[in-house]
Amino acid sequence: MKKLNDLEYLKLSKFEAFLYKLKLFLCAIPLWFVNLGKLIWGFIKKCGLGIKDEFVDIFTTFTKGNWAVKLSFLIFGFGNFYYGQIMRGLLFLLFEVVFIGYMLVPSGGLYWLAKGQWFQTGATVGTLQGGFVETVTEAFGMEIVTQDWVNGDDSVKVMLYGLLTIIFIIAFIGTWRMQVKQCRICMDITAKGKRIKSGKDDLKSLMDDQFHKTMLALPVVGILVFTVLPIIYMVLVAFTSYDAAHDGYSNLFSWVGWHNFNELTNFGKGGLGLAFGEILSWTLMWSFFATFTNYFLGMFVAILINKKGIKIKKFWRTALVMTIAIPQFVSLLYVSKLFDSSGIVGELLGQIPAIKEYLEVNHYISLWDSPTVARILVIVINIWVGIPYVMLQATGILMNIPADLYESSRVDGANAWQQYTKITLPYMLFVTGPALLTSFVGNLNNFNVIYLLSGGNPINTTIGTAGGVSVGHTDLLITWLYKIALGSAESKYYIASVIGILIFVVCAVLSLIVYNVIPSTKNEEDFQ
Amino acid sequence: MKTDNKLKKSGLGAKASRRVSNLIVYIVLIAITVVWLFPFFGLVMESFKVNTTAMDGELFPTKFGFDNYVRLFKETDFLKWFKNTAIMGIATAVFQTLFVLSMSYTLSRLRFKMRKPLMNFMLILGMFPGFLTMILIYKVFSDLGLTMEMAPLGLIIVYCASSGMGYYISKGFFDTIPKTLDEAARVDGATRLQVFYKVIMPLSGSIVIYTILMGFMAPWGDFMLASYLIHENSVGMSVAVGMFEWTSKTMLNTNYTMFCAAGVIVAVPVTAVFLALQKYYVEGVTGGAVKG
Repeated sequence: MKKLNDLEYLKLSKFEAFLYKLKLFLCAIPLWFVNLGKLIWGFIKKCGLGIKDEFVDIFTTFTKGNWAVKLSFLIFGFGNFYYGQIMRGLLFLLFEVVFIGYMLVPSGGLYWLAKGQWFQTGATVGTLQGGFVETVTEAFGMEIVTQDWVNGDDSVKVMLYGLLTIIFIIAFIGTWRMQVKQCRICMDITAKGKRIKSGKDDLKSLMDDQFHKTMLALPVVGILVFTVLPIIYMVLVAFTSYDAAHDGYSNLFSWVGWHNFNELTNFGKGGLGLAFGEILSWTLMWSFFATFTNYFLGMFVAILINKKGIKIKKFWRTALVMTIAIPQFVSLLYVSKLFDSSGIVGELLGQIPAIKEYLEVNHYISLWDSPTVARILVIVINIWVGIPYVMLQATGILMNIPADLYESSRVDGANAWQQYTKITLPYMLFVTGPALLTSFVGNLNNFNVIYLLSGGNPINTTIGTAGGVSVGHTDLLITWLYKIALGSAESKYYIASVIGILIFVVCAVLSLIVYNVIPSTKNEEDFQ
Repeated sequence: MKTDNKLKKSGLGAKASRRVSNLIVYIVLIAITVVWLFPFFGLVMESFKVNTTAMDGELFPTKFGFDNYVRLFKETDFLKWFKNTAIMGIATAVFQTLFVLSMSYTLSRLRFKMRKPLMNFMLILGMFPGFLTMILIYKVFSDLGLTMEMAPLGLIIVYCASSGMGYYISKGFFDTIPKTLDEAARVDGATRLQVFYKVIMPLSGSIVIYTILMGFMAPWGDFMLASYLIHENSVGMSVAVGMFEWTSKTMLNTNYTMFCAAGVIVAVPVTAVFLALQKYYVEGVTGGAVKG
């Protein structure tokens, strides 16, 4: 489309200008995808080139290297020994010995890998089904039949050990590459006639040049073991039939391919597709309202408190901040009961004729039974929860806005509203743009507020049950996931994993879009 | 019109109009304060009710007494839950602080090849719902005996192990300390370790306290992860999980006022700690917001 220059743009009426902006925005959408494609292509290209370089490097190391370097292609750390790095060499060698030992011992790595029957649709995870074995014994002339449980495989363990083995193999390849590279570095250094680092130097550098390794070791290992590993595992579970009936121990679960994801296109009553669509739309709606009501009202309160001439500012702030201090489950559970039919506020509201009639006509006992009212209530109560955070953030930022901006605008005759829309709001949006996205994503997964206030209720009768649990009108994806995993006897973990993956997809897509939009809409020069 | 306005504002009228607008602001602020503090007032009142154990729709108790508090300690495991949560809070505060500070300091002050990829990786990882990890962790922990009665220990591990991912706010703080300080110390021959604990740490008191505060408060507010590991075992419960049951439909009528009493007991120490350290909390939140 045609781009207008500044003069033409200023000639447009307000409505036309809005249309023009909208058009620009819509036209930009295909461009994002083009950019995204370019980004991905660039990434693949970079990876490909990187891999090519690696192979070239390995090859030249092998051809140029002496016998020790060549031997270290088979025996880890040999090159390091040759060049006098005893400590590194020993570590590499130890790693290789442990790896080979682990893979080859009975019930070691290879054993677990083979047991898993990875991704063979229809095959079980683990090969030996446990079961009861009857033994007949004779005592006092009577036959006594006893049933004993004989352990088979535990699918959960088979998959976990299999996964660990795969990770171990990848680590092995990585370590092999690392020590080959080190040989090459040693070769280069000796060729230049410099001294090679000793084990002592290595230890010293951990406190200095390599300090980041020391600092990151523990946190990164924690993340790898307690976040990355479980998440990979759960992604795998999405391709199996893991639930309470197939818990792996008493009943093996099996690989089902894309079956669980295909469930998402089942739009019948009780189907996953309908439930997912419904819950996702409410989740997005909730997140939108929760984020923006908090944002604007919080900013409003901050402006009020910061107003010139208002005294005891600290008191007003502390009163609000109290809500952050008190554990959410106490305050939220109490507030949820306040609005119940016999709660103080609920009873009070119930006496208002219009509300009373509405409840009676629909046979609702309390406000929480009405889908619309329940949705409004969680959003309103969330304002109570969220304003203090926004107020604190906004206070800090408002103080940073140069006062002379307001002075000069007042001289030019701007009123308070104009000052707000032309100075305060753009500044706030510019500074808090990324934080706004974070809070939007945070609200998508705001388990506490929904679960403690409404528990996801009232139940959505058009959907009924999905994933083994009854779905409510105020359920978010995360509370649905929680209910599936913990709140039902069936515990359909595979559906929980599918939902988890979908939550990730939603968050990722939103973040991508927002990161693409923000830089274009917030331009630092706009208000300077 | 415009000139009229200007004249008015420059004259005596400006003072009067400001006074009026300030009065309106005061009224709004008072209303907000009442709304925000009302639940806490109601909670305290509810906890002193002797006449009923259920919700009666009254704000003030008709009979006033400490029965609920007595019952809380005599008839329930509340003291145990409180102890569990306090231990979790302290342990989480210590370890989470270590993890978060070393992660954020490294990402903020040190430059190394994997820095950007690591940050992007953690950003993407953060988009998976953390609850998803619990299904495997529960399975493994129950084999290791870290659930049910031992759930507090298991939960400490869960809260702390991945806490490095929450580095954003303290990284934002470290980013604001001038780099020239590091460089000067390096020129003087300090190692990076010495720069960390001799130069940067003494300047970072507020963010350290903020991180400790966050770690201490986490177990008090967490319901989702705790309920999963505890699995309705009263010995290992945290206050959140234990008290949640009292508000279920079957127990509400007998336990409601006791719930409120327990709520007051939980809220008092946490609020006291929080308000005492409020200054640091505010610094953390505002700093983090600006950095994003």
